[in-house]
Order: sequence, then structure tokens, then C-alpha cells
Amino acid sequence: MNRRDFLKNTARVIGGITLPLTAFKIINPRELLASTGDTEKVRWVFLVDTYKCVGCGMCVRACKLENEIPYDAKVTRTWVERYVITKDGKTHADSPMGARDGFTTSKIDLGIDGYEEIKNQDIDKGFFVPKLCNQCANPPCVQVCPVGATFQVPDGVVLVDRTWCIGCGYCIMACPYGVRFFHPVYHTAEKCTFCYHRITKGMKTACVDACPFGARQIGNLKDPNDPVTKVIMTERVGILKEEYGTKPQVYYLGLDREVK
Amino acid sequence: MMVHGEIWTAKELFVYPNEYIYWSIQIVMYPFMTGLVAGAFVLSSLYHVFGIKQLKEMARFALVFSFALLFVAPLPIVLHLQHPFRGINVFMTPHFTSAIAAFGIVFFSYGAIVASELWFLYRKHFVEVALPLKEKQDKSVGEWLKFILFCTLTLGVYDISEEALRRDHKAIKVLAAIGIPVACFLHGYAGFIFGSVKANALWMTPLMPVIFIMSAIVSGIALCILTYTVTMEIRKFLAKRRMSPTQRFRSPEELKGVEVNVIRMTAKYLLFFMVFAISLELLDLIFRGYTAVKSWDVLRSVIYGRDFTDIFILQYAIGNLLPLILLLVPGLTIRRTLIATIFVLFGVFMMRWNVVIGGQAFSLTFAGYMHYHMPIIPTDWETFKEGLFGALSVFVLPFILFWVIAKIFPVFDLEESH
Amino acid sequence: MKSHVYRPLWVTLGLIAIILIARFFYVPKDFGIGERGYMYGWHRKGDVEFWKNFKVKYRGSAYCKDCHSENYAKLMQSPHAIIPCEDCHSPAIDHPENPPKLQIQKGRELCLRCHYPLPYPTSGRANIPSIDPDKHNPGIECVSCHNPHNPLEGLK
Repeated sequence: MNRRDFLKNTARVIGGITLPLTAFKIINPRELLASTGDTEKVRWVFLVDTYKCVGCGMCVRACKLENEIPYDAKVTRTWVERYVITKDGKTHADSPMGARDGFTTSKIDLGIDGYEEIKNQDIDKGFFVPKLCNQCANPPCVQVCPVGATFQVPDGVVLVDRTWCIGCGYCIMACPYGVRFFHPVYHTAEKCTFCYHRITKGMKTACVDACPFGARQIGNLKDPNDPVTKVIMTERVGILKEEYGTKPQVYYLGLDREVK
Repeated sequence: MMVHGEIWTAKELFVYPNEYIYWSIQIVMYPFMTGLVAGAFVLSSLYHVFGIKQLKEMARFALVFSFALLFVAPLPIVLHLQHPFRGINVFMTPHFTSAIAAFGIVFFSYGAIVASELWFLYRKHFVEVALPLKEKQDKSVGEWLKFILFCTLTLGVYDISEEALRRDHKAIKVLAAIGIPVACFLHGYAGFIFGSVKANALWMTPLMPVIFIMSAIVSGIALCILTYTVTMEIRKFLAKRRMSPTQRFRSPEELKGVEVNVIRMTAKYLLFFMVFAISLELLDLIFRGYTAVKSWDVLRSVIYGRDFTDIFILQYAIGNLLPLILLLVPGLTIRRTLIATIFVLFGVFMMRWNVVIGGQAFSLTFAGYMHYHMPIIPTDWETFKEGLFGALSVFVLPFILFWVIAKIFPVFDLEESH
Repeated sequence: MKSHVYRPLWVTLGLIAIILIARFFYVPKDFGIGERGYMYGWHRKGDVEFWKNFKVKYRGSAYCKDCHSENYAKLMQSPHAIIPCEDCHSPAIDHPENPPKLQIQKGRELCLRCHYPLPYPTSGRANIPSIDPDKHNPGIECVSCHNPHNPLEGLK
């Protein structure tokens, strides 16, 4: 065998081995098969009691500090919305700075249209609705990621890989709840992780711990004795935007039809 | 600290805190440029596959132009990425449940088809350039480079016998035939990127890919007519000035005869696809109004209110109706066609604008609006690439590329049998 | 298959081979399909560890109570007992090592988060005692009169 032939054959062997290996990595049937059986013992869910929420915004502040989201950037992993329904049937809603500083005025923030004063005697109902990632059972944001930079952990939490995200923004567009945004420092898609570093250590999320009123709770849906599971199973709870078929896993007590 | 999108987004009424216009001008440019690629290719295939002889001159031109556009098509999406250098991940770990991941495969196969077709079309030319250079003694550096380039381009095939050329011809026909569905797929999937976003009330419709394909073909044909006419005018001008005895340039009168014929024929196809595209868009609009689902209230306020000028004046009236009239009035002249094609291109651009920007003009809450203020004067890299000048660069680049590529693939006055 | 017609095909296949080989070296070895399948579980496995190892900053009131037992005990007797220490005192992180001193929030804005009058029916907010900040001693910090650890103990 001369040197030319040797090199040729070597190239063939290397190519022959690497090609099928790399090609097969795209879909591995055994891994696929393993994914069908539901052996997971944990499914994180969230419960929000809108009657208890007073709109103090401590949860938003805690979330930003805990998860290193620049404090003054106008994006946030969790936020609180205010809804005021007046006697004329109109709904007024806002969430200034995501309620990072709470609601310390009765005026409604209209964005570029300024502020709207609402008299107390005109109000039929008013309430606060905390929002965060719904960790959907069918997360559309994960479905549309072109590179596999966002994914769902078997316990239900959807995470983003900051080293792999290309920053196309497709996931932000695909989320009907508007929970995703670009991190101002890492420039990758960012979202609520249910404080994955805390819940996997047996702690509660930062927002749950920061809420003085118990309006936010986190629990394990697969544990029938979990207080959150008990509430979800035995009381009338609502979810957001179920028409999108995303199967959101943040449950609400006292949800109103006006909640967007 | 500014977040991405904050600079050009103004929020009105109730908008979620994280909502901004994340998909800006480059995402308008992306389907616009991809549409031009697909359209130019379909135009060239009309000749190669269906044998529409009158399009012969245009077909070769359109194919080369499509190739030039092809390189620019991914550029807007790369400029839009927050991490442009990670764009390669789309090829490395494609997630095919995402429409964008299909980009890698579709773009690659389409590029392969266009390049192969060009190779068959220009193979004879490559050999004819390479062989005399091979014979030539003491080549200059420039000639050496040219020799190496053209030798590589022949891919080691120097057989230009009648039999070989006949096979080339057959291969072109097959490739052009495969190319049509792939070109439609290339653009259909761009429409799918938008049409499949269920969170966006304006985008979500199964008609979106079809609408995108039709308007793509319209814009591609229009751009080909435009560029073809402009190049012909330049050639006429040169022919007048030189009147060279070698007759490398044809006489101005001869050129004019060729030009009018080609353009009249192409304009007919332009009209056909335009009517189809407009019908689909209107169908979509009527259907939304008739079914009037939950999102219709906010959509109506955007379509008939805030974006009325963009949609009905700029897109439908100036971009569709006006060129239709210009093209339909009998006695079509080159100048009139030229003006019409500019309006058509503008109309298709506005259609992309109204889809991409219009789709983000209202909030996910259906109770608020977002206004887009495109950055004009760039203050940093981000406002450049996602601003007016970034978009203009993307639009100008294919013409420069075409000029370069046309040096290797001569578009006009090529002696060949196809 | 010796026909020249197949030349472009070989070139294309060569390019595909190059991409696949590049992929072999470029893609992290732990990238693959997770338990949630290809649609929802296509990811780099190491990233789960990244998020698990994220730094905890809010340690909870239990972390404070041993050293600051006096204030803690006082707070527990008051209506403010429901408020976690770190809401006003900022996250402890690794206090007292890092940071040695916490940034305490003392401004009127802090108290107004709950005590600004928003008597919304159907919301818990309506039940919280409130003041009108424009009329109630404007410009003076709340803590100069009220003790946040026991607001009922009477004015200072």
C-alpha cells in the first residue's frame, strides 16, 4: 500500500465512522422511547390567589434581585397587573415597571397617553394579578426554538441555555403570555425559571418567600398531599388564555374574565 | 439600562411589561429578500421547464440574479440575531419543530440546485475560458488566478461535445423542475414562520405561506424586469457611445427590439401572479372580519385605524392598484412597465412591513398598542443594523454581488445552445 | 455513474459531509434528546446544572432570627410579622461575610407599597390601613415616627 492509498483509506474510514455517528445523534429512538413513560415524581405548579394580592410588588423586586435581572431595565421575569373595572363597564389595566415598586398612585398608567385618574366612587371592582411563566405542558416557546436552546426539564420547568441561544426572538413571539424577553446583559432569551436553583434545593421561589400575604404558592402536582395540589384539585381554579392550547401550569383563584 | 427593542418601541394603553417590537426592520427585509430569490428563480424556470421561449433572455438573467440574491437572503436574519456568530447553531443542532430550523436544510438544498443549474448553463463557458489559458505560456498573475478559478469551476469536466451539452440541457430542465417546489418551499416556510405563531392574532392563518409565495413571485418578477431594463438601458447607452466595429455590443435598435418583447411577456406573468396574490390577501381580510373572533376588535382598530395608511393607501392603492392599472392600459411601454415594477416592489415591501410590524402593533393583551419608530440615524451598532441603513445595505448588496457574479457568469451575449 | 452530470451532486454531498464532521466537533457532547422528547427536550444537558447552581440570595427570615433574635421576636408580635425580613432589609446573600451591611430600604415609597389608599373592592388591599401621602406629613420618613418592627407600639 503506498502512501496515497493509505491516506485515502484513512480518510474513508474516518468519514465512514463520523458520518453515521453524527447523523444518528439527531434522533435516537432509545432516548425517544424512554421519554414516553411518565416516571417523574415532580411536576412544579404555581398557585396565585388574586384575592390576597395587594399589589405591593415585593415579589417583583425579590425576583429581579434573586435572578440578577438588571434592576432598572424595563423587563422582568414576573410582574403584577392592576385591573380596575369602573361602573361604565370599562376595564382599566396597567403594570408600571412591572410593579417593581408596587402601586403607589391611584392613576392608571396609559403609556404614551399619560395617566388616567379614576375616582374611587366609580369603581365596581379592582384587584391585582401577579403573572409569571406558566411552565406550560405544551410550551410553544420550546417548540419554535430553532437550535434547542430552550427546553423543558421533566419536572415541567422551561429553561434557556445562555450559551446556545442565538437571540432570534422566535420564542418571545411564540409565548402568548409575554413572559419572555432579551436579557440586557447576556442578550439571550430570558424567562422565569420558578427559581430552579431554589426549588431543587427544597426552598420556595424568591417571589413566594417575599410575598407577605401568601398570594403566591408553589407546589408539586404529583404529590397529593401538597397543599397547592389540594387547592387545585378541590377548589375552582382558573388558568390564563387556555384557548391557545398551551396547558399553562399557573393556577389562579379569583380570576376575572377581564384578566388579559 | 436599555433593553432590546426599547429604543424603537412606544407603548400605548395596557401592554405587558416585557413586550417590545422585537422583530423589526430586518425581519421585514428577510421575507422581502427571500421572496425576491424565490420569485427570480420561478421566473427563470418558466422558460426552462415550460419552454416559454419568449422568456429565454430573461431566464438566464433571472437565474444569475437569483444566485446573487441567495447569498444576501440570510443576511437580514443574521443581522437581526442578538448573537450573530451563533447563527451556525441552526445548522449544528437543528430543532425541526421550529420553522426557522428548516432554514438550514431548505436554504442549502435550494442553493445547491441554483448553483448546479448555473454550472450546467455555464459549463461550456468555463471550459472555453479555461482551455486557452491552459495553453498560454508565461501567464500573468491575474491570468493565473483566472485560470485557477475557471479550472475549479469546471469541476474537472472538459467535455463539451454535442452529446455532453445535450445532457447538460436535460439536467437543467430536471433541476429547474425540482427547483420550483423547493423555491416555493423556501418562501412558503418563511410564511410558515409567521403563520404558525399562534400567539399572534394577525399572523396566525394557514393562508400565510401561500400569500407569501404569491407575493414572492410577484416581487421576484418585478425586480427582474426592473434590473433587466436598467441593464439594457445601460447597454444601449454604451452601444450608442461605442458603436464598436467588433460588434461585441449589439446595435441600440436591435437591443430595443429584444427588450420590449421580453418585458411585455414578463409583465404578463407579473400581472397573473399579482391578481392571485391580491385575491388571497383580500380573502384573508374578509374572512377575519366575517368570523370576527376574539382578536378581531383589536385587529380591526389596527387595520382600519392605526395602520390604515400603511395598508390601504401604501400597500393596496399605490403598491397594487396603481401598477395594475399601469400594466393593463393598452400600449405598454418600457417606461410605464418600469414605473409599475417599482410600485409593485414597494407594494410587496409594504405587505411585509404590514405583516411583521403590523403584527406587533397591538399587544398580547388585546388592550394596548405598540408603535414602531425605525431608527434612522445610527447611534450604535444596534441602531445601525436594525435601522434604515442596515436595511438599505441589505437591499443594495445583491446588486453589487450581481455585478461581481456577472463577471464569472456573463449574462448577456453568450453564445450557447440552451 | 461516471457521467459528468453527477459532478454537482458529489460537490453537494461533500459539503454535507463537511457540515456533519464540523457538527461532530462543534456540538457539545451532552447535547441530545432529553426525557421530554425531541419537541420539548432537545438541549444541552449541562445547562440544567447551570440553573441548579445559580446563586441563592434571599435566605428567608429563619436565616436572620438567631443573630437578630431581639428584632425578630419583636416583629413576630406585631401585625408586620407576615413581612419577611429581606423585603425591607434586602437579600442577605452571605451576610455577614458578603455583604457585611445590608441596604435597608427606609423611604416613604417602601411603606406606600401597601399603605397607599387603594380601596379596591374584591382585593385584599382594601383592608390595609392607609394614609394619603400628600397630606400625611409629606417629606418625612415614616420610620422617624413609626417603628416598622412594631407599628402598634405607638409613635416615637
